[in-house]
Amino acid sequence: MWTIIHKMGSPPWFFRISGVLVRWLLPITVMLLVCGALWGLLVAPPDFRQGNSYRIIYIHVPSAVVALAGYYVMAFAGAVSLIWRIKMADVTMRAAAPVGAVLTAIALVTGAIWGKPTWGTWWVWDARITSMLILLFLYLGVVALFEAYENKTAAARACAVLSLVGTVNIPIIYKSVDWWYSLHQPASIKFTGESAIDASMLYPLLLMIVAFYCLFAVAVLLNMRAELTWQHREAGWLRQIVSGA
Amino acid sequence: MHPLRKQRLIMVSLVVVLSSAAIGLVAFALRDNINLFYPPADVIAGKAPTDRSIRLGGMVVENSIVRSDTDLNTIFWVTDYEASVAVQYSGILPDLFAEGEGVVAEGTLDESGMLIATQVLAKHDENYMPPEVAAALEGKTAPAGASMLP
Repeated sequence: MWTIIHKMGSPPWFFRISGVLVRWLLPITVMLLVCGALWGLLVAPPDFRQGNSYRIIYIHVPSAVVALAGYYVMAFAGAVSLIWRIKMADVTMRAAAPVGAVLTAIALVTGAIWGKPTWGTWWVWDARITSMLILLFLYLGVVALFEAYENKTAAARACAVLSLVGTVNIPIIYKSVDWWYSLHQPASIKFTGESAIDASMLYPLLLMIVAFYCLFAVAVLLNMRAELTWQHREAGWLRQIVSGA
Repeated sequence: MHPLRKQRLIMVSLVVVLSSAAIGLVAFALRDNINLFYPPADVIAGKAPTDRSIRLGGMVVENSIVRSDTDLNTIFWVTDYEASVAVQYSGILPDLFAEGEGVVAEGTLDESGMLIATQVLAKHDENYMPPEVAAALEGKTAPAGASMLP
């Protein structure tokens, strides 16, 4: 257990392992995305009230789910960085922030596109949508805060504190539709009891959620590799790996 | 664990717990403002302001929609199954607006307690199903061309 954690903190080891991981995960991700999208867009039946416009759910829900989960990845890396001062945790935190920001933006934009024909408006300041917008600002805040510091150790520490404080927003987003009156509907996928979405529509949605998790992992790993390449551009081990591969 | 790291772990936990508590208290204090709309029961009980624009949310009462023959005026009742409020709206209603479905109307209350709406939004529920399943639940056959809906 501890040896793995120590190894994960070592850039050469991580660089080697992540290279293998990405080589496998990338084609799997593309395959899952293509299968999920075709299943959701072509095979799944239309909705009884919304017709075909509901199909944006296959992008909207996965990106929103992974945007929330990705925040915990970022905040956890921030906590590890604060407590154990592991450089690799800083790299993980930094790599997750822009990916999470993009996913949050996708969720907001697809939600607006769906909201116009369904609700009759692009935007409404209800609890779910507003807290999701705050999540976007938190992600962008971490990205901007890191760039604002000259000293990157201090930058990582400030970003870690910001992302830890921001974790309070995640349960708020998740429960906002239950705690307050909102325009956004409650969750259709239920962990306990029967989901409010028909099985023929649910399975492609679950597949897309898995695909987006893989996409997040690939994007973060590639981001981390890019960052490590820059940080260790003079190092012998990196030259060895790059010229050997 | 190294005492220094233990101390940092406690600090990190404190940051998370205290900031959560602070934001939780703020959200609790502002709960009336975070709610997007008032249910009809609150409007009838006089909890909604009458001097400015409010949002009213609930279900459209079955058989309550009255459309004008000459213009876009529509009157319908909104209920939360405890109380009902009448809404008057002049404009194009969203596609998903229907009797027995959720709605959020924004506007001001007049002296008679009717909401003069400036905007009506459809509130979609969390149920998603194919037309055939919906028809089976209703005990009817699927209408022809239902799967061809736009």
